[in-house]
Amino acid sequence: MMAAVEGHVGEERKLRLLVGKVGLDGHDRGAKIIARALRDAGFEVIYTGLHQTPEMVVATAIQEDVDAVSLSILSGAHNYLFPRVIELLRERGAGDIAVFGGGIVPDEDIQTLKAGGVKEIFTPGATTESVISWVRANISPRPLG
Amino acid sequence: MSDAGKPGNGRSRTRAAWEAGTLASSVARSPERPGAFTTVSDLPVERLYTGADLDPTWIEGEKLGFPGEFPYTRGIHPTMYRGRFWTMRQFAGFGSAEDTNARFHYLLEHGQTGLSTAFDLPTLMGRDSDDALARGEVGREGVAVDTLADMELLFRGVPLDRVSTSMTINAPAAVIFCMYLAVAEKQGVDFAKLEGTLQNDILKEYIAQKEWIYPPRPSMRIITDLMGFCARSVPKWNTISISGYHIREAGSTAVQELAFTLADGIAYVEAGLAAGLEVDEFSPRLSFFFNSHNDFFEEIAKLRAARRIWAHVMRDRFKAKNPRSWMLRFHTQTAGCSLTAQQPLNNVARVTVQALAAVLGGTQSLHTDSFDEALALPTEAAVTVALRTQQILAEESGVTNTIDPLGGSYFVEALTDKIERDAMAYIERIDAMGGMIDAIERGFPQKEIADASYHYQRQVDCGEKTIVGVNKHAIDGERRTEILTIGDDVERAQLERLNQVKARRDEAQLRRDLAALAQAAASGENVIPFMLACVRNYGSVQELSSALVPVFGTYREVSIL
Repeated sequence: MMAAVEGHVGEERKLRLLVGKVGLDGHDRGAKIIARALRDAGFEVIYTGLHQTPEMVVATAIQEDVDAVSLSILSGAHNYLFPRVIELLRERGAGDIAVFGGGIVPDEDIQTLKAGGVKEIFTPGATTESVISWVRANISPRPLG
Repeated sequence: MSDAGKPGNGRSRTRAAWEAGTLASSVARSPERPGAFTTVSDLPVERLYTGADLDPTWIEGEKLGFPGEFPYTRGIHPTMYRGRFWTMRQFAGFGSAEDTNARFHYLLEHGQTGLSTAFDLPTLMGRDSDDALARGEVGREGVAVDTLADMELLFRGVPLDRVSTSMTINAPAAVIFCMYLAVAEKQGVDFAKLEGTLQNDILKEYIAQKEWIYPPRPSMRIITDLMGFCARSVPKWNTISISGYHIREAGSTAVQELAFTLADGIAYVEAGLAAGLEVDEFSPRLSFFFNSHNDFFEEIAKLRAARRIWAHVMRDRFKAKNPRSWMLRFHTQTAGCSLTAQQPLNNVARVTVQALAAVLGGTQSLHTDSFDEALALPTEAAVTVALRTQQILAEESGVTNTIDPLGGSYFVEALTDKIERDAMAYIERIDAMGGMIDAIERGFPQKEIADASYHYQRQVDCGEKTIVGVNKHAIDGERRTEILTIGDDVERAQLERLNQVKARRDEAQLRRDLAALAQAAASGENVIPFMLACVRNYGSVQELSSALVPVFGTYREVSIL
């Protein structure tokens, strides 16, 4: 199921990013494009594949020691799935793993989700460039341990 | 066609003279716009098309024919929209069965002529509303259906003998269809009177939409069982809607959409034949479903090429004798993936162009997307504009007065030929792999689509392809759009209903029915009558689906980036 893809070598430790599809939503066009674009931008990217539970995504994030988790949700279940992933990360002592994502998410939900700890949500029309520059500016390598 | 269309004759000399004279001096003064001229799928487009651009073997009789005659390039009916307009069929489904039932009645009162049902994700995956993975998804993207009780509410007050119904469901399609049959029984409607379409296209799930339960081969068995059952008992039902729509939404090109869809169609015909059905017994009930994207002429050419290829496949490859087997009938939906969240009213214009392409491509039914669909599920106001768009095309624009008005256009005919050739090249590659199921198992169509979608996104990112309001003519600080929200109360109410149904039903009888279903699956008997028995006793979607897992197994995808 896991597709781990290596980026090219940079000077400092490369960011490790998990791109995940949670829930039953099968729309993986966006997730795959983002995973590929982030990989091409030089990050290490792990793509979970489809139909993951929040528990599975969090377990993979911790096991793979990622710096951030990016979730793609087009099913309307964002108000449940984003907070659930953040809650589980915190429960497992990995609350410093940043969570961001993209999908069809209405403005007022974006405000609520950000207040609840989601770092950023990209909506349809966002360029891969804008996602890459946001990651460069806002995600830094977590201390290894 | 006279000799005038052939290279080296009078007409092409005239063209060469025009290029050397009038054109050259004009371009010298003011050059053409920079960049390549291509379709949205990257097919090259020439400056001008003349008779010389048509294939030398292009003979009007063979390539075009007449409407209602082989190879149906100009349309499957002898009168097309002069006889009757296409069916205006807006896809609807959200929240509870009661909510969707109210939307159905609203649409029927406003002149819609057929129903189209969207189910929520848990239902599409064959899971009940109380399954762990269903959390947060119940009633979100469509209506939640767990048991016959939901289906009874969904179609309350809808006379099933007078309204045709399309149901977008695949992996558990047979289960949902049995629930529809059970509602018809309760309404006292004879199965022979039921009209409608079940999407039931599992192959495109592995390729694009990704809502599956079992692996491809056992899934095909359920489909051929359903084809056999309907051929005998529900003769007016379209048992399958072979869908390019989702393939395109997943990011394919127009040619890939066409080629993979028709290759899926070939796989279904082969499966039907292998199950012992006669080609002309089930092929007339196969229908198709295409996307209509932004590139106007590319879409029209794709739809015309689709009819021509299918007519040849059915007559020449499968030796079908009944002309109804040769005719490719299809539904079209405008491209959801082309809609933007930015400046959402712009989507009304996109949908109009896409809908016009579908009509000029000869569609039998049409769904027009609502302008707010990149934001949320559509509001009633947005759905109304979408339906009105179709009515304006049908009743004001005049395009329905004549058949295939673009037939004979040098450009449209050349593009139709090109798309046909490119699609056939893909179909031949898939045949060489052993057919579509083998190609899917190798990840071939999945990889082709992933590459095309990434390529397109790069073109948008660097401005090579324009999306108005997104990478050109964007504005900051947009006005907010009113959207439809689905509350959490839907999930709660749905769980309550499911619990009540489970408490009321005859549990012992249902267990016997489910065991009989599993037994039929294992022995090779047609499973449909056994499914019908289970749903009559209020067996749930997940209970029926799970009953077959020990026999059929489950599917896991190997992700291809």
